[in-house]
Amino acid sequence: MFKYLKQLTSLVAMVAVLFTFTTETMAAKKSKTLKNTQKKGFVRCGVSQGLPGFSNADAAGNWTGVDVDVCRAVAAAVLGDASKVKYTPLSAKERFTALTSGEIDILSRNTTWTLSRDADIGLTFVGVNFYDGQGFMVRKSSGITSTSQFKNGISACTNIGTTTELNMRDFFNSKGISYTPVAFEKADEVVAAYDAGRCDTYTTDKSGLAAQRTKMSNPDEHIVLPETISKEPLGPVVRQGDSVWEDIVRWSLNTMIEAEEYGITSGNADMMKTSDNPAIKRLVGAEGEMGAAFGLDNDWNYRIITQVGNYGESYKRNIADTGILPDRGPNELWTKGGILYVPPSR
Amino acid sequence: MKLKKILPQFLTLLFIVLIFGFFTMNAQENMDTRGIEFGFGFLKQEASFDIQFSLIDYDGSKSYARAYLVGLLNTLLVSVIGIVLCTILGVVIGVARLSPNYLINKTASVYIEFFRNIPLLLQIFFWYFAALRALPMPEDASLLLGTSYMTIKGLYTPAPIWNNFDVFLISLIISLIIIFFFNRYAKRKQEEAGIQYPKFLISLGIFLIIPALTFIFGGVDLQWSFPELKQLAKTSFTYEGGVGIPPELIALTLALTLYTATFIAENVRAGIQGIGKGQKEAAASIGLTPGQVLKLVIMPQALRIIIPPTTNQYLNLTKNSSLAAAIAYPDLVLVFAGTAMMQTGRAIEIVAITMATYLTISLSISLFMNWYNKSIAIKEK
Repeated sequence: MFKYLKQLTSLVAMVAVLFTFTTETMAAKKSKTLKNTQKKGFVRCGVSQGLPGFSNADAAGNWTGVDVDVCRAVAAAVLGDASKVKYTPLSAKERFTALTSGEIDILSRNTTWTLSRDADIGLTFVGVNFYDGQGFMVRKSSGITSTSQFKNGISACTNIGTTTELNMRDFFNSKGISYTPVAFEKADEVVAAYDAGRCDTYTTDKSGLAAQRTKMSNPDEHIVLPETISKEPLGPVVRQGDSVWEDIVRWSLNTMIEAEEYGITSGNADMMKTSDNPAIKRLVGAEGEMGAAFGLDNDWNYRIITQVGNYGESYKRNIADTGILPDRGPNELWTKGGILYVPPSR
Repeated sequence: MKLKKILPQFLTLLFIVLIFGFFTMNAQENMDTRGIEFGFGFLKQEASFDIQFSLIDYDGSKSYARAYLVGLLNTLLVSVIGIVLCTILGVVIGVARLSPNYLINKTASVYIEFFRNIPLLLQIFFWYFAALRALPMPEDASLLLGTSYMTIKGLYTPAPIWNNFDVFLISLIISLIIIFFFNRYAKRKQEEAGIQYPKFLISLGIFLIIPALTFIFGGVDLQWSFPELKQLAKTSFTYEGGVGIPPELIALTLALTLYTATFIAENVRAGIQGIGKGQKEAAASIGLTPGQVLKLVIMPQALRIIIPPTTNQYLNLTKNSSLAAAIAYPDLVLVFAGTAMMQTGRAIEIVAITMATYLTISLSISLFMNWYNKSIAIKEK
């Protein structure tokens, strides 16, 4: 019986994989993904279904956010135009399948880098564009100001398919508190249910809490508790097996962060071409052959900085100025007390 | 001549084999390229996520296989409750639709037209979010039937605490067996000698008396644990003790029942109308009461028309229960094809298992209904 089931399921499985219809082979020296992207003329980027500050579409369908900016940076680097991105909104559940099946080429969707995801399921994380941690939101009127005031029987709304569900269990178990998880597939329903009073607390990444709070019927009635119960380094992900593409995405992100470190902005990048500092000149394509190794021209990083801006500009535009998290916290440069530290471009 | 017969069949077979061969090869190649492994070993791993509502003992330290079972049972639970309720409601509405009373007749028609023409997902959202907003917070809830509380966090009812439950269960089974044999005996008596027993009353009596005796002689004891309000924080309350039925289950059951009942009501109406008027008149002319006409003449014949399309509705209800994922009811799709798939990344294996599971459930319902349909079919002698 089991044997038969296995055969049946493998058959179904194969049919499922087939529907992706790709013609990839491992032989290519040059990046297949890069070649395909240049042929298509746009970067295929997986984003969230709407998380203000990270990836969110406005009424006209224009996507903004720090996660979106990673995709725009890659588009600027490989296609010369940051606007040439095709966005695919994905639920937490769909995101990895969309990437491994080849529907998208970059997943930039507030995704936590963990060992099992990196090692197990055909994915490669290329870096961290936001250091986050899981927190709790409660109603102000409840008088709760710390997670130490949680009691047995508390109910917690959250999303399925994220590290959140696992962290929540670890947290409540370690405190010996019995709790009721209420897990929804989409973030909008989580917010609606918590807002209606279905749950005593809402838990997800703190950046997410800050962003979703703006969607509540009365944001001032809710507070995010100070405790952080997990490490959530969020970053872009690519498929395993195309190391050149992986490098392009990694160094597009690194370029944005390093540009901020050296004070290069979208406004002054032109002037920086004639800087005395070789490190700066390398970052704006005025010295060295920094693009050749990826199969790109020499201006790839210059285009990222002029079209998308450095990391600080992106953060300010999307997260600070929108009032989501004005304080950069750990997402400040290492030279200014944060933990953003990237290897040098040389 | 013979070749002409075999050739098209052979070509069809060849075509199918080639298609499957192509799909299999392509799939394998794609999976190899992407470094995706295939296997079911993950089912034994620790699931490490908790589930809101479970019929069996479960927590995150159990395996993915156990989580699958929790999801499956939750799917079956909502399906069984839904099927029972929508059958009752469907029959009532279907009969009401044929009522000569204008008000009853029109109410039933409006109900049917309204509920079957709105997408089910929308109805689920409506019952969930509208009901959520309308229900009171735990501290404001008023007592229902002297024992229960209906709140935004769910329905809290007293929980039974049994002593010697197994004795009670055995007595129940014994009483059912006795009822079965009594009914067979009563039927034979009626066919052979025309003696009619009050079958229903006697059956009910057996069903009540035998289990009741175990309370006196079998050491069976039943106590209730009542829900009590508990303060979690200044303005945050919940109930402790008793059984908490999540609002997600209630909303889903309500939506599935109200939606599917409309289709069953139409089947019932069609079934009854499908029986010739002459049958009714003939039955009345030999002196049967209207109740007997419906029970002995119309229904046995109408059932044959009603059952096959109703089977479809049962299947639909079961499959539609997977919309539960939208409102956080932990059914098979949410727990297994949702959380478990995400945590393990085994999309292909999990989707395959889920598909096979739904297929099995549907085929089982179908087989049962076909058997039932056969058993009530007119037996030519």
